[in-house]
Amino acid sequence: MANVIHLNMVTQRAVEEGEAMESGKTTQLYFDVCSVIEMNAEDIKALDINPNTVVKVTSECGEVIVKAIVARQTCPRGLCHIRQGVWANQVVPPRTQSTGEPQYSGFPVTVEPAPEARIVPAVELIQKACNKWNGQLLWPM
Amino acid sequence: MQETIKHVACPYCGACCDDLEITVEDGKILEVKNACIIGTEIYHHASREGRVGSPRRRQPDGTYKDITYEEAIDFTAKMLIKAKKPLIYGFGSTNCEGMAAAGRVAEDAGAVLDNCASICHGSSFLAIFDTGYPSCTLGEVKNRADVVIYWGSNPQHAHPRHLSRYGVFPRGYFTGKGYKGRKVIVVDPRYTDTARCADHFLQVQQGHDYELFDAFRMVMHGYADKIPEIVAGVPKDKILEVCEIIKGGRYVHIFFGMGLCHSDGRNHNVDIAINLVRDINEYTKCTIMAMRGHYNIAGPGIVWAWQFGFPYCIDLTKGSHAHMNPGETSSVDLANRGEVDAFINIGTDAGAHFPIRAFEKLGSGMPMVTIDPSVNMAATVSDVHIPVAIVGVETGGICYRMDNVPIQYRAVVPPYNGILTDEELFDRIYERMQELKKEGFTTDEGVWDYATPLADVRPVKEVYE
Amino acid sequence: MTEYIIKNGSVIDPTQGINAQKMDICIKDGKIVDSVSGNAKVIDAAGKTVMAGGVDIHSHVAGPKVDSGRLFRPEDKLFRSPMRKSNLRMEMGFSVPSVAKTGYDYARMGFSYVVEAAMPPLEASHVHEEIRDTPIIDESAMPVMANNWFLLEYFKNHEIENAGAYASWILNATRGFALKCVNPGGTEAWGWGLNCVTINDKVPYFDITPAQIVKGLIETNEYLQLPHSVHVHANNLGNPGNYTTTLDTLKLVEGYAPKSAFGRDQVMHHTHLQFHCYGGDSFKSSSFESKSKEVMDYVNKTKNLTIDTGNVTLDETTTMTADGPFEYHLTHLNHLKWTNVDVELETAAGVVPFVYDPKTYIAGAQWAIGLELALFAQDKERCFITTDHPNAGPFWRYPRVYKWLLSAKARNDVIENELKYGDKVVDTTYIGELSDKEISLYELAQMTRSGVAKALGVSHMYGSLKTGMNANVAVYDIDPENLPSDPEQYEAAFTNSFAFFKDGVLAVENNEIVNYSMPKKTVWVNSIVPENKQVERDIRDKFLKAYTVDLENYAVFDEHVHNPYAIKVDITQ
Repeated sequence: MANVIHLNMVTQRAVEEGEAMESGKTTQLYFDVCSVIEMNAEDIKALDINPNTVVKVTSECGEVIVKAIVARQTCPRGLCHIRQGVWANQVVPPRTQSTGEPQYSGFPVTVEPAPEARIVPAVELIQKACNKWNGQLLWPM
Repeated sequence: MQETIKHVACPYCGACCDDLEITVEDGKILEVKNACIIGTEIYHHASREGRVGSPRRRQPDGTYKDITYEEAIDFTAKMLIKAKKPLIYGFGSTNCEGMAAAGRVAEDAGAVLDNCASICHGSSFLAIFDTGYPSCTLGEVKNRADVVIYWGSNPQHAHPRHLSRYGVFPRGYFTGKGYKGRKVIVVDPRYTDTARCADHFLQVQQGHDYELFDAFRMVMHGYADKIPEIVAGVPKDKILEVCEIIKGGRYVHIFFGMGLCHSDGRNHNVDIAINLVRDINEYTKCTIMAMRGHYNIAGPGIVWAWQFGFPYCIDLTKGSHAHMNPGETSSVDLANRGEVDAFINIGTDAGAHFPIRAFEKLGSGMPMVTIDPSVNMAATVSDVHIPVAIVGVETGGICYRMDNVPIQYRAVVPPYNGILTDEELFDRIYERMQELKKEGFTTDEGVWDYATPLADVRPVKEVYE
Repeated sequence: MTEYIIKNGSVIDPTQGINAQKMDICIKDGKIVDSVSGNAKVIDAAGKTVMAGGVDIHSHVAGPKVDSGRLFRPEDKLFRSPMRKSNLRMEMGFSVPSVAKTGYDYARMGFSYVVEAAMPPLEASHVHEEIRDTPIIDESAMPVMANNWFLLEYFKNHEIENAGAYASWILNATRGFALKCVNPGGTEAWGWGLNCVTINDKVPYFDITPAQIVKGLIETNEYLQLPHSVHVHANNLGNPGNYTTTLDTLKLVEGYAPKSAFGRDQVMHHTHLQFHCYGGDSFKSSSFESKSKEVMDYVNKTKNLTIDTGNVTLDETTTMTADGPFEYHLTHLNHLKWTNVDVELETAAGVVPFVYDPKTYIAGAQWAIGLELALFAQDKERCFITTDHPNAGPFWRYPRVYKWLLSAKARNDVIENELKYGDKVVDTTYIGELSDKEISLYELAQMTRSGVAKALGVSHMYGSLKTGMNANVAVYDIDPENLPSDPEQYEAAFTNSFAFFKDGVLAVENNEIVNYSMPKKTVWVNSIVPENKQVERDIRDKFLKAYTVDLENYAVFDEHVHNPYAIKVDITQ
């Protein structure tokens, strides 16, 4: 039985993300380094999956398909990290506690295996959300 | 002919390293020295195939067609005049000259003017409004500090040369022993690459920074015996040990980052950090600094403070005076509530960095212009994308480092395909707006003909109730 | 260019000894001329006072700490900013106005030239950016030098030529105007959380005293033959009993004579003296007292000194100074928010909001002391009116200060009706014994125009209506032959000039700003000294080891200095 686990999610910068962002958000590099969720190895075990398995992350305001990896920088159990960017922001709650700043760090998510799901490219995610998707990637990766 | 340009300042992070050496030939960048991996990538990106060399207009089928600058400027000027409450947001990658020019446009258009601090160190501004900001320039840390604390920030990833240039490793005037003479303390929920450089790592429970600060303040006020055995996941002994190091320091400095601003508590986390600094000053010299993200994200706060008196979230729609009230006039909240009717995304990427539930309302229901050198996520859903010269690569200008020190940037190659700078673009938008107004163009020109309304925008409220 | 004739005004110009004489002032091509053609536009100034454009010797109007004050005080804008006037930019802020309000308000008051009082050299390009965006007025900025590591080391070894070569380099690199001295040594001590409160306290590590620093700066200034003298804010500002430190500092001028081709007589200008004239040992009314007379007695008899007042205006304001330890002290007194910036190798700055509440004894006493200085001054060409904007009050309150000086009635009205502890203030200050003293409009012109320009060494450019001068002319709704019985009319007239010309362009007409797009100047001093290899080496060395910016990015690039106007001083000739 595939497990579902509840984690506390943060999104922050990573040097890999920074480099990829500057090379271009439509690139394969950006896709590869940002569409991942970093977790503690024990939490990945608890999901009954191997590292690098595709998972579905669901928060109070949306869901996103990403790849689960063992955190590059050690993440304690119960915490997970999607590098800031397009995929992280699919699930970041836009509530701001009246400060203007969304809840980028510290919101509950559920993670469940979704080995068959497709990780959606950045442009497709954005254009679909804005009702401007015409069915083809105009900026091939 | 090959030429090496020295003392070039880097347009990536708030550390604003100004010692880069760039080798160029025939307007192409060949080699980058001294920069971190991200900075290096910026320069190479500028010379790569596939740059956008002209403004582009989105077509009904979703493809883009090149248009002239005149057409793009006309579109933007009309959009600004017609809109009742346009939002001009971004300025993470713009020089101050561009920000000043944009301020004039926004005032004339009656727009809301906001910058990336709104989703970044905006909470720090709120704390500074309440408590002040006992800070210093980075050279003070380099030359004097013997205790350095990184709290909720991970410069090894976000400001890769920060530790070597300012915070940990450099040998300064009174710090001749370099890192051997400094005690480095890192507070973070994750054992980050920055934490690996620390003498003491305090693994705070995510979202519980306020409690840990509170414990520190209790120690500083002489109530060490009153704090519990474990605070926010950190043992009391460790807290006491670190407090002793702080009290024994000659010069203590705290760098804080997004870990405080993005978590529950927001400005209150920063507020108590600043109050801790005030407390520590009773024992020894102590200063604090926000780890500002972009190379010139301190800039708009500074430029607009002298133009309007406010650093961000500036509502100019009243026409008579500026008004700031984060939570009400902040970009994400305006988007959440669907309160704006046109959007300019400049020098940032709201598409990638706003929560999608906020961005989808900007990206779908109103005319939108993206001003950015590259194709970013916002550009892929904009009605018009106007490329501009890359600051620090193709144009110079003044940018403010994270410690608010102005750094003078240099151009190393001419703008690609003769594209305009931000300042030139905004000045031309302003001039076009004046022409249009003289011609009698007003707000009441009917409904939008270029916006595609989105039928199924989910109100945020429903989603998280 | 348009010609103008200001007809039938009562002209007051101390530089020509003209006191309320009915005459015409002619303007052509930006200059004051003897006559103009019949096509000249006529400004009818009958029954009005005509003066040269005002000159402000000390005002914090542009730069990092001013902007910190704006940024961290949103409450300074809320409900306290005027509504925007048509065709002007928004005017935001009360005590620390936005740059647009700064330029407009100075123009409304008829001021043409303002000297920004403290520019950290490292952040010079910030100052110049704000100057670019400030409309109408000409500006200069003084780099702060008294806690600069280079100078501390040179002064310790008494190497004045090296100090001169370095100071000259700084003036050129920052496009600066004069050498500013703020809490000599004390601000460097603040780097370690310490201070120097007498002129003999040792500066930590550098092993030098404030007295040595001030003397070193005087000698350096005269070696460089600069237009202005060294501009001093002494140690121990704002503390009860500090007048002894002030006198000790002032006495350092003894034995020095000015060496400058620009006409000044002083070797030291001491700024905002009000903050430095306190007796007693606490802020209690039983102890605190005015020592303005003691200090002014010395100033009056010492010809190589000039001062400005730093008048408290009884407002809520924002204090800001390069005296870092003082602001830390202040936040402990009033428990309001505190901003601080220590600037590497050079200086520091602090910013704290402050309320000069007429309901407190101390604000009343400070108010009195500031006015006493101006009233005690025997030579009005050596005493200038400022509010140390925004420290003792915002600059646009100058007209209120003028009112208190021009009218004893207005002053006594404050003591009787506005101050809660007026009697105690009279007991502990000299304001009572000055209760019938008033200054004249002529003296006012000396204290805001001719004297100021002379002390700054710019009397060839500002503060005069002589033929050939730049046409900076203000016309006020005051008739010197029929002075107003209601002192409020002074304040109203000086707040909103009837007309104001900036470089021959009509900026204010019928009490409204009609033009703010005229060119404005950034006045700086291009100091030229003999080549000095030692100093060049020292500079390279410090930038290599201690600064966090590259030497090549330190000096302000030409493109970031706007409308520069250089005053050249070459000591190699």
